[in-house]
Amino acid sequence: MQKYDELTEFLLRMGDSALVQAQRLCEWTGKAPALEEELALMNVGLDLVGQARNWLDYAAERIGDGHDADSLAYRRDERHFRNLLMVEQPNGDFAVTMLKQFFFDAWQYPMLTQLSKAKDERVAAIATKSLKEVTYHLRRSSEWVERLGDGTEESHQRMVKAIDALWRFSYEFVELSTQEQSLSEAHTIGDISSVATKWQAMVNDVFARATLTVPDAAQPFYLASRDGVHSEHLGFLLAEMQYLQRAHPNASW
Amino acid sequence: MYAQLVETGSKKLKTLEEMSPEERAFQERIDAEIKIEAKNWMPDSYRKTLIRQISQHAHSEIVGMLPEGNWVTRAPTLKRKLQLMAKIQDEAGHGLYLYSAMETLGADRDEEIEKLHSGRAKYSSIFNYPTLNWADMGAVGWLVDGAAIVNQVPLQRTSYGPYARAMVRVCKEESFHQRQGYEILLHMMRHGTEAQKEMVQDAINRLWWPALMMFGPSDEHSPNSAQSMAWKIKRHTNDELRQRFIDQTIPQLNVLGCTVPDPDLKWNEETGHYEFGDIQWEEFNRVIQGHGPCNTERLETRRNAIEIGAWVREAAVAHAHKKQQKQAVA
Repeated sequence: MQKYDELTEFLLRMGDSALVQAQRLCEWTGKAPALEEELALMNVGLDLVGQARNWLDYAAERIGDGHDADSLAYRRDERHFRNLLMVEQPNGDFAVTMLKQFFFDAWQYPMLTQLSKAKDERVAAIATKSLKEVTYHLRRSSEWVERLGDGTEESHQRMVKAIDALWRFSYEFVELSTQEQSLSEAHTIGDISSVATKWQAMVNDVFARATLTVPDAAQPFYLASRDGVHSEHLGFLLAEMQYLQRAHPNASW
Repeated sequence: MYAQLVETGSKKLKTLEEMSPEERAFQERIDAEIKIEAKNWMPDSYRKTLIRQISQHAHSEIVGMLPEGNWVTRAPTLKRKLQLMAKIQDEAGHGLYLYSAMETLGADRDEEIEKLHSGRAKYSSIFNYPTLNWADMGAVGWLVDGAAIVNQVPLQRTSYGPYARAMVRVCKEESFHQRQGYEILLHMMRHGTEAQKEMVQDAINRLWWPALMMFGPSDEHSPNSAQSMAWKIKRHTNDELRQRFIDQTIPQLNVLGCTVPDPDLKWNEETGHYEFGDIQWEEFNRVIQGHGPCNTERLETRRNAIEIGAWVREAAVAHAHKKQQKQAVA
């Protein structure tokens, strides 16, 4: 499997994760539990597509073989996607969707905070812009986790089930690859070594307020999105997302 | 988006002599172009007509998210995806403004939404048509939002203040959507492959007549128009607005290099208007009575959203109570 240089791989991880998370949010159109949530889900999704475009544009420039953000988004297959396993999981009910969002936001927030101090100016600029948006996303998703966890008996049970379904994918939020460690040590992307503890602290805090139990730390298993080894869900997500570009490869839209 | 066929409940207009002193004062205020505000006296039938119209308008915004939502996961580029998401977000926002405007008349949002879900309230007929290719996203923006704007621009001067003010905001965003939609089509026609150009023409062929139907029945079959016009809720007749839409849209169609599926369409030098063929009113009536191509699916999606999401709303309420209690104790 082809790998790009460390920084490019990292940019793909950021871009692909935002893109796939946004794609899942798009699936909610017209189906949210309240009008205000239609607006909010689309708003968050919109921010994330914008972020994905910025990360992928930069990755494409570094790859430099004629790719642009669109060709990276629409012409790579699942073995080349670097998104976190968590964000490709199906939406399930609103509890699953909001928990996924919260896990992702609680990862993005400390990550972007550090990236905004990166030596690489482009990384710093994208992160600074994204951080404003993610601050809002995190506030919203953590409030929903609290509302649902400490709401009714039913909503609490649904959150417990959502945690059962999703927790095993959380190891990717706390594990840095050796490549990421070296980028971090060189401060190319800022010091991201504290992201794992910050993620865990945020989860502990919000779960406590939501009367939810934090499971033991999840362990790595067969799936590894940095190597493009995804769950079976991603292939379908990409088939839907990419079909027009694949069906009309020479078209301009 | 817009409301069609709003029942006013009046068979004929009252003369000033037939009106009570209150009604007369109200009509004089309308005639003097002074806006009616929420706390002013108004005839019961004016209030009811407006509730019907504004709720129908709000419902149209919400149901109108669905034909576009159908393509948001499949938009062909990141830019197009962003545009479509922004548009859907705007529509949800328009729904919220309009429900708020409606609530100033004493109506309840949840009750009106329940009427939509049980089929007792209408929404614009156009959203019962399926979106079958990507060019439909352009054609919906250009033709459907375009028709909505022609309907809504005069509503910025409608006699009920809260509705008129909501329309000012809505119209700004709709104009933007319309230009964006047109740009999607123009790009496909100028830079597209043969397959893309076929998509554009196909989208126009399918959506042209349904867009013309958005203006409602022709004037001779529009019994409620006279009362709505006397109250200055409506400022122009259905046929006037439809003609205005056609006159401004055909030149844009020519720039695209496309055609409309109307062999009778021709420019009339003397009147300075386009003449056009007969609208299939039978189809229109079937669609607004619930028998169009997507009526069942659209309502089912909306009903499901609210029913399946009930536990979420209950949780939010329960949590808010708990928080209040904690604060009261502290």
